[in-house]
Amino acid sequence: MAKTIGQEFVKGLWEEIPPFRLVLGLCPTLAVTKAVENGVGMGLATTFVLVCANLLVSILSGVIPSKIRIACFIIIIATFVTVVELVMQAYTYQLFQELGIFIPLIVVNCIVLGRSEAFASKNGIVPSLADGLGIGIGFTLSLTAISAVRESLGSGTLMGVEVFGPSYEPLSFMVEAPGAFICLGLLLCLMNIASKK
Amino acid sequence: MREMVKMVIVLTVLSSLSGGLLAALHNKTEDRIDNQVLKFVQGPAIEKIMEGAENDPVADRFSLDVDDEARDFFVGIFDGEPSTVALETAASGYGGDVGVIVAIDVEKGEIFGVEITTHNETPGIGATVETNEDFKNQFKGMELDGDFAVKDDDGDITAIAGATVTSRAVCKAVRRATDIYQEMRSQINDQVKTFTG
Repeated sequence: MAKTIGQEFVKGLWEEIPPFRLVLGLCPTLAVTKAVENGVGMGLATTFVLVCANLLVSILSGVIPSKIRIACFIIIIATFVTVVELVMQAYTYQLFQELGIFIPLIVVNCIVLGRSEAFASKNGIVPSLADGLGIGIGFTLSLTAISAVRESLGSGTLMGVEVFGPSYEPLSFMVEAPGAFICLGLLLCLMNIASKK
Repeated sequence: MREMVKMVIVLTVLSSLSGGLLAALHNKTEDRIDNQVLKFVQGPAIEKIMEGAENDPVADRFSLDVDDEARDFFVGIFDGEPSTVALETAASGYGGDVGVIVAIDVEKGEIFGVEITTHNETPGIGATVETNEDFKNQFKGMELDGDFAVKDDDGDITAIAGATVTSRAVCKAVRRATDIYQEMRSQINDQVKTFTG
């Protein structure tokens, strides 16, 4: 626990980056990364919930009795998820339509509960904020990377713009669920090669 | 005992705060969300049915209480006459409610057109109802007390192959819309007349 605030933040970007290193939150990872826009949207929504939940859990950790801590964490997380859901519906309705059920499902995203339980409840406010922000941004980066690969190969576009020209035959396999697993595996493989060097 | 009391207090306070916050946010965003739904879900369907209308049918709408529930009616102006009114109804399909916009020609007393708004039907089977023009066109020009049922149920509508349940849901929703219209004909017609080109 002798890490500095900076280290708490940075660890979420590589050392413990979800879902590659911290292998949690696979359901939204596989489901929404068909297009970059969805991946980024999902990542940002999760980051918001993660940061707010970490902040509140670390503030309230002294007050919450340990026997009902999980219930309390879930109330806090569910509240912020509903905030995201309402705001998304009101301002970015099309994104909400794309992400659909996966927004309310952030409530049961293991990353969020996992950080509350394993980190925020045992650490102070500032480290918890740094942790939430780091893990959240890491998750957003991962989703962006996966969705960039899947969208460009699977639909031949990137952020809706054609990248390979009209003669490219989209590899529709990549936007299906098995393609997501394979993409995840290959990216993890690249990460392992990079860390070995 | 003291621990018990503390648990109860903590959970109660946390839940009330969460409930209060979300209720406030819901009130704030409610109108905006309604508008967004109108724009992205009902809007395109209404514009498609009322193609060629001289007004903006999404903007020219009124609200009436049907069975204690406010319902929106959309008015289409053709040839200078407010001759068409559309409303949304829903009926249960294979995967929850299928939302249908039903436009009624009030002068001829017949169905003007039918479009699907929201549904959760099986992709590739029931979901094709959304784009199956042949299926939707069958309703065009039918009398308001016509036989809105699939042929299997001795009606006049040819169901989409393999998607009888979905086809039935659409028939039922159309039936509901015509029932509402016939029940409130004078009230609706009075309102419709107030819109002029």
